[in-house]
Amino acid sequence: MRTAFINQLVKEAEKNEKIFLIVGDLGYNVVEVFEKKYPERFLNAGIAEQNMIGVASGLAMQGYIVYVYSIGNFPTLRCIEQIRNDVAYHSLNVRIVSVGAGYAYGSLGASHHTTEDIGVMRTIPNMVVCSPCDPIETVKITSLSAVHEGPMYIRLGKAGEKEVHVDQYSKFNRLDSLDIGDIIPVIKNNENIAVLATGSIVYSLQRAIIDTKLSYDLYSFPFIKPIIIEKLKNIVSNYANIICFEEHQKSAGFGSAIIEQVNDLYAMGTINSYPKIIRKAINDEFIYEVGDQTSLRKKEQLSL
Amino acid sequence: MKTELFAKQIRRKSLEMVNHANASHVAGALSIADVLAVLYNSIMNIDPENPLMEERDYLIYSKGHTCVALYAALALKGFYPVSDLDTYGKKGSPFISHVSSKIPGVEFSTGSLGHGLPLACGLALAFKRQKKKNNVYCVVGDGEMDEGSNWEAMLFACQNGLDNLCLIVDVNKLQAMGKTVDILDLENITAKFEAFGWICRRIDGHNLAEIEKSLSLFSTSSGKPFAVICDTIKGKGVSFMEGELRYHYAPPTDTQLQEALNELN
Repeated sequence: MRTAFINQLVKEAEKNEKIFLIVGDLGYNVVEVFEKKYPERFLNAGIAEQNMIGVASGLAMQGYIVYVYSIGNFPTLRCIEQIRNDVAYHSLNVRIVSVGAGYAYGSLGASHHTTEDIGVMRTIPNMVVCSPCDPIETVKITSLSAVHEGPMYIRLGKAGEKEVHVDQYSKFNRLDSLDIGDIIPVIKNNENIAVLATGSIVYSLQRAIIDTKLSYDLYSFPFIKPIIIEKLKNIVSNYANIICFEEHQKSAGFGSAIIEQVNDLYAMGTINSYPKIIRKAINDEFIYEVGDQTSLRKKEQLSL
Repeated sequence: MKTELFAKQIRRKSLEMVNHANASHVAGALSIADVLAVLYNSIMNIDPENPLMEERDYLIYSKGHTCVALYAALALKGFYPVSDLDTYGKKGSPFISHVSSKIPGVEFSTGSLGHGLPLACGLALAFKRQKKKNNVYCVVGDGEMDEGSNWEAMLFACQNGLDNLCLIVDVNKLQAMGKTVDILDLENITAKFEAFGWICRRIDGHNLAEIEKSLSLFSTSSGKPFAVICDTIKGKGVSFMEGELRYHYAPPTDTQLQEALNELN
């Protein structure tokens, strides 16, 4: 995903001279392609995330569209007040890009597990929260981010994620018209149970459903905030059973966002029945042992 | 308006606003009043008729809790009617008790400490990259220098040669719970800035001529960021408030307000 992101950002920067990339001394062997091409719009701010977000905000005040790139919790939790007060309160065109969603840096330990970021970022006003599942969604979101007005958080996996939206797996691969808040059907056989998921775990769910012929439909959510409510309404009206998947704490994450909105739809009488919603997420705990992404997902029972 | 009178008026309005709104933080407004008067009267390139003038200088006011001094200075300069200040701290007013960028002339909202200098660095970097001549001034308090983000920004400003950035530190020597020297001692602050690669001057922050002289030394061709360390007195200008910690919080009573205004007549 990070390669898809940086390659698309270089393309966007060709068209738009306002695009600026700041890295927090991370991105070795990833961001150089941008740096080489646009040195005047590139900066390594060092290992100083609070300052980095302030600097990004100052640049954005002068018209730049600023991408702040780092990994894990460093560009989010480490400097969350700068994101809230400087970026979001002033509604500036800063994009926080974090690589290593969930357990992508599994063996590096809990410091590098990015498992509370959705909860934190989605409560901040003006913030769009993006969580692409594959390189294709990543490219589309990067394009959208080059023109969106206001702050965005882009939660990326790491490297080597497989493509979900390709013909042999999915009939619904036409992402040309992706809008902020869209929901993408991945598998739709009109089954009784819908799996709603966000991030790179969508691929493993897709494989599980196809390979073991499970009776589930699958939807990818590239956006956690906003979610186009009409599209969500159509999904929840059609399924009595829903399972939400995310590589994030159960509290305040993607599944919580779905439940909140379904609740509001039901409370307002927009939907007539309230589906049963199961949340598959991290169960309010840290991990204290070595494990790669696959094994840590398994440990947290993040599978169908 | 002469700078001396301007500074006095900033103090008078600040005291009135804090009294009327039953608000806090008047003492830190009184310590910075002279610096603001000089900045707006004779240093910064601004146009009250056109607050968003492209070639303007920017002031990032990081000690946002002492907003009354800035609100008063901008009103007295003509950015908006002085009578607008009467709504300060009142329900529905845009004059929030930590400085708000919804007010004409205020570039950036602050309130949580340690945010202004990194932001000012970003602005200064933008002007450098865009080859623009705008200067960026930033005002922080000495207590605020406890925040690590400032020291990150100090490294950054030097690394990036931000000689269009001028930081003013209001060293009034008191922070929320006591003396700065007893909480996190900043001294020798000039040596610290110089060690971080800044050009640094230390002055009497209530001597108008000295403030003006030091700020005029700020040169945008030095290759280095510039800091003016202003030794000030918290509560300056009102005898019973000077150096008194309680006026970090307590507004002047009606009687005290009258007494203070008499002193500033």
